[in-house]
Amino acid sequence: MATSSRPFSIKRMPGFSLLALTCFFALYMPLAPLVVYSFNAGDNIALWEGLSLRWYVSAWENDLVQSAAIRSVVVAVIASVVATSLATMAALGTTRTRPYRGQTSIYAMVNQPLMVPEIVTAVALLIFFALIKESTGYHGYAYLISAHTAFCIPFAYLPIRARLEGMDRVLETAAADLYATPWRSFTRVTLPLLLPGILAGAMLAFVISLDDVVITEFVKSAGQDTLPTYMLGQLRRTITPEINAISTVLLGVSVVMVTIIFFLSRKKA
Amino acid sequence: MSDDVAVEARGVSKIFGASTDQEVRALDHVSVSIAQNEFFTLLGPSGCGKTTLLRLIAGFEHPTDGAILLEGKDISALPPFQRPVNTVFQNYALFPHMTVAQNIGFGLEMQGQSKDEVANTVGAMLVLVKMENLKNRRIDQISGGQQQRVALARALAPRPKVLLLDEPLSALDLKLRKEMQVELKRLQHETGITFIFVTHDQEEALTMSDRVAVMNEGRILQVGAPHEIYNRPHDRFVADFIGDTNFMPAEVIEHDESEVRIRLPSGIEITVPAPPGLPQGSEVTLAIRPEQARIVTDSDAISIQGSLTDEIYIGTDTQYRVDIGMTSPFVVRVQNANGERARIPLGSRVGIAVDPRTIQILQD
Repeated sequence: MATSSRPFSIKRMPGFSLLALTCFFALYMPLAPLVVYSFNAGDNIALWEGLSLRWYVSAWENDLVQSAAIRSVVVAVIASVVATSLATMAALGTTRTRPYRGQTSIYAMVNQPLMVPEIVTAVALLIFFALIKESTGYHGYAYLISAHTAFCIPFAYLPIRARLEGMDRVLETAAADLYATPWRSFTRVTLPLLLPGILAGAMLAFVISLDDVVITEFVKSAGQDTLPTYMLGQLRRTITPEINAISTVLLGVSVVMVTIIFFLSRKKA
Repeated sequence: MSDDVAVEARGVSKIFGASTDQEVRALDHVSVSIAQNEFFTLLGPSGCGKTTLLRLIAGFEHPTDGAILLEGKDISALPPFQRPVNTVFQNYALFPHMTVAQNIGFGLEMQGQSKDEVANTVGAMLVLVKMENLKNRRIDQISGGQQQRVALARALAPRPKVLLLDEPLSALDLKLRKEMQVELKRLQHETGITFIFVTHDQEEALTMSDRVAVMNEGRILQVGAPHEIYNRPHDRFVADFIGDTNFMPAEVIEHDESEVRIRLPSGIEITVPAPPGLPQGSEVTLAIRPEQARIVTDSDAISIQGSLTDEIYIGTDTQYRVDIGMTSPFVVRVQNANGERARIPLGSRVGIAVDPRTIQILQD
């Protein structure tokens, strides 16, 4: 009878802990060989021949890897900065205005890219950009950057909107009461309190852009490989632990960013 | 006299959700004048419109009809940041990303004062609210009572013409609330600023205010000094909302300018002072405060009779409930002199004696 008096806890469901462990194992175990073999001294991605940093050195000295990495970072920085600015405005427009007709549909439209299959967006952009290339003759980076910006907006929008909704509006009222014009109330109260959300949104957008394969593969022109599309290209040829080394670095960057995002999102308003 | 008026509401109405299905009339043609340097309280139950009136004076809302005047000037159309009026919010609304001193200096800085001026005034405010040694603390590092003081200092620092206080003590525990009541009176006295205080706590309103406006359903029912509101309530709502009251129907037999002859349900006739503007018609309601009645066991001066049903000891007083054949018992409160109290057996026939001068005739 003692057990029935305890409050219900899902932890005591039979097999619950085992299921949880299995999930974590399935999620993280496959990463282990990737990381381990990035330090392999041999040429094989499945045959251990001793500890070495040679593939990291090799990747670092590979001009194609270097240029793809720089391209990835440049695209991700520009796309995340632009996307975050637009997302901040969108978040303010959907939370800091009088309720207006169509507000909910605007919210849905901002988030729609999260639902549309990426391959559909990719094909659509390929066709759409082809039309523009045809008529303008321009083949530069603007296509890649604008595509990345577009799919980063909803990722940047979500943490910013969440923070705005969690912010007590009476603080802005108090600023107005204390002689702050709407603009100064925004710069001195709203924006500083929103900053952790904006940073989290920007970093999330950066990681999403850095990772992207599908849309990039369809939109890039010749010689515009980013790190992920370069890696995809390499996989079609001989696979060396160099790919493991690059992947491990990308993994490290993502883990660091996601950790920072986590702490930023938890910061009290 | 109009020089002495700080704030005036002229026929102010506020309708929320106008021209929709959920139209709410929060204020209904409210007119009131609040004098310079007055501690004025808006008292009423939640939803009576008291906070709406405060928000209209602050400029957070704009009247649907009527005007708000500050020292004789119509400010109805001004946004809050152009009104020399500051607010202490119910949950303080302190800026969490600023220190105590930065919070207090915010209004001064927004007014465009120089760094030195801001620092001087903030220093003086810190002394005024006794927070000097916590000036560099963050808001989440100080207690609720201290936050209350910072909120007061922040609102007082720009020396507003009027300070608005929206139930600022409701989040504090009883002991701290009593301390802050005294503190608020001191601050009002020292600064000489007009305070408009909103509360639903009638005791708070009576102890702190120079004048009280009792509100219900978007209207001001009565404005007066605390003793007037308590002793001479105009209508049943005011009498019922403030303190405990016994209500009793009565019939008017005859009345002139100063006196009314009325007949109680028991058939006894008494003469009481006539209220101004006694309605024509013979049915009225009498209001009798429990502490203004006495229990008598001998037969002189007995106005009302009944049987004692309960005797409740409440420390300084003893409360007697007497069944006088009406739906609710008549309550009499007697002070316990020297800790002694009269022992009357329950169920015994007792009389209730009331000084006719303390009986209020209500116009409801």
